[in-house]
Amino acid sequence: MIHGVNAIAAKLGMKRGARVTDMRALVPAIRVEDAEEGEDEKDLARLSHWARRWCPWTRTDDSDGLLLDTTGSDHLWGGEEAMLDDMARAFAAAGLTIRAAVAPTTGAAWALARYAAKPRSMCTEDDLAEMLALLPVAALRIDARTVVLLERLGLKSVGAVADVPRAALVRRFRRDNALSANPVLRLDQAMGRLAEPLMAEEPPPLLRAMRRLAEPIGELESVRFVLAELTGDVVRRMQERGAGARRLRLTGFRVSGGVSTVEVATSRGSRETAHLTKLFDGKLETLDPGFGFEVMTLDVLVHEELDGIQKELTGEDVKDVELFCLIDRLNTRFGPAAVTRPVARGSHIPERAEILAPARAQDAAEPVMIGRKLQRPLRLLRQPEEVRVLYSLPDGPPAQFVWRRKTHRIDKSEGPERIAPEWWREKSTARLRDYYRIEDSEGRRYWIFRQGLPGDGRGGLPLWFIHGLDA
Amino acid sequence: MGMNGHSQKTVLAPDSRKGANVRHAADLRRGETLRPFPKPQLAELMGATRDAGAAGFALAQIPAGKPVLWVQDRMCAEEMGRPYGQGLERFGADRHKLIAVCASDAAGVLWAMEEGLKCSALAAVIGEIWGDPAALDFTATKRLAMRSERTGIQVFLIRFAAGSSLSAARSRWRVTSSISAPHPYDPQAPGVPRWRAELFRARDSRPGLWEAGYDAKAHRLDLSSPLRDPALEEPPLRYSRAG
Repeated sequence: MIHGVNAIAAKLGMKRGARVTDMRALVPAIRVEDAEEGEDEKDLARLSHWARRWCPWTRTDDSDGLLLDTTGSDHLWGGEEAMLDDMARAFAAAGLTIRAAVAPTTGAAWALARYAAKPRSMCTEDDLAEMLALLPVAALRIDARTVVLLERLGLKSVGAVADVPRAALVRRFRRDNALSANPVLRLDQAMGRLAEPLMAEEPPPLLRAMRRLAEPIGELESVRFVLAELTGDVVRRMQERGAGARRLRLTGFRVSGGVSTVEVATSRGSRETAHLTKLFDGKLETLDPGFGFEVMTLDVLVHEELDGIQKELTGEDVKDVELFCLIDRLNTRFGPAAVTRPVARGSHIPERAEILAPARAQDAAEPVMIGRKLQRPLRLLRQPEEVRVLYSLPDGPPAQFVWRRKTHRIDKSEGPERIAPEWWREKSTARLRDYYRIEDSEGRRYWIFRQGLPGDGRGGLPLWFIHGLDA
Repeated sequence: MGMNGHSQKTVLAPDSRKGANVRHAADLRRGETLRPFPKPQLAELMGATRDAGAAGFALAQIPAGKPVLWVQDRMCAEEMGRPYGQGLERFGADRHKLIAVCASDAAGVLWAMEEGLKCSALAAVIGEIWGDPAALDFTATKRLAMRSERTGIQVFLIRFAAGSSLSAARSRWRVTSSISAPHPYDPQAPGVPRWRAELFRARDSRPGLWEAGYDAKAHRLDLSSPLRDPALEEPPLRYSRAG
């Protein structure tokens, strides 16, 4: 059996899958080497990792190709053409000749790399249809049976298939759900009309629990039941390892083919069945069972060391864990950007001195604050808002200000607290800030600042901003 | 319990108080202490826009240095600003133990508050809702009130630009800032914050109007009758029994 042929042999009519004796009969002079099962795949996988020198996302494609997502990486090589040149050079140095293509869709790149006349082709969105039209129908990534079928119908090139009225094609292939048997879907993928998500090769999950189900399930209740069982399995195994899950993925494998997944994350390692199960609340609904799941798996994608928690008599540790559970539940609903805690930073500019950072992140070391406690307001506006202020030039305290179209008369004020611009971070025209704590005639307290001084050479008259509201 | 109408100065503290913590022993002899929150419950504070007083009033009643969940809807975050940890520390809170959540709408805020009430590690939940959203109905407040009482976590529902819709809150207050106490060293500067707190509906105490002040050293909220103007000086029971 012939596993592979080189270019010259192919020209002589040698075919993959044919018997060696038959081919010897055709060309007695052929040289035969023993194939090593599986070695090609391994080599290709290694090549795929090696190809990450051009872009961060690569994977093997079938048994004979590499797929690289170079979006945003090509400019590092001086454009797509230069990048292809560099690839050809690097592969040549490794003793390999390549056929390469750059195209806006995976399907088009696949077709051009394998069937284009030139060993290197580049294609933009505009000439996509034109370049594909010349290729044989096999370039549509369809199986041999469908190729034969199309050829029998008289459709020899991709262009011919594209020219057939769409309705007729769709009707002819309406029963073929598999992508490889349906030229309409394949054509849509190649032309970019149908999305083709790129699935990267992922490291295998660290832990996996699986349930094969006697009957396919689709109801939420059953899924929840299976999830509880899977969580129990995972938790038991994590206990043995002394680990806690940080990220979990529940996958349902449909009877009809295809998978549906949900992922959850925790703010710190956890192996409590109830907590982990609860994280999936409200997310299970997004699973699409189709005609039902026949297999379900729960993968621990990320875990961390978690020693047995000693429950102290005071219960303090338990409470800490509860707090993290709360953060997890909030995170699953609102997203990590909305669930925050204040974190101090090394800066004096108020909006940089303390930021609201995602609560999930591990507590970063905070800079140690030395000095007196600062009089800061209870609430800080997201953006300082400009106010019109009555004050005595050049740098007297404010007497009255207009904020959001209403006038506040200032009765008491304290300041200024001067905060100089951070010249190592900001433009040279950044102006200093003079902060005042003020109270208006009704007792409402605010934190406002004047940006700059008249005549500091960094702009005209200074502007005033309100930055905080104080209780 | 109820408020004694003759009390002129009352002291309110979230935790158990000792005699040493009380500032005006003479007043206490005349009256009695008011504890509007004998046990943790849902309090609704009607705040004013452009005024951060309500949040200070709430923080002054939360045990110092305990974990707090503070949930805002998007409108409150935009209009009134986000909590600022260094400022919170002036009111006894520990900013390392604050969880600040910004939800997109009132339904999200209510959900987060209920989640918070399931977590016994929290000392208090503060929720801020803008306007009168449909999600904030009597049932929603009732759920919060019952859960708060069951789990023993104090809940402050702060509302801005709100009408007085139906609510199951155990006490409902109108809180605005008022002129601060004189600064000990600088007459021009704002001093210790004070608020005008009007209890307009309560289940187990009488409505009334107080001047509230915060004592940072003892982490304590002081309530006193608001009469500063002698022309208005009348028997204090007029205010305390006005409801």
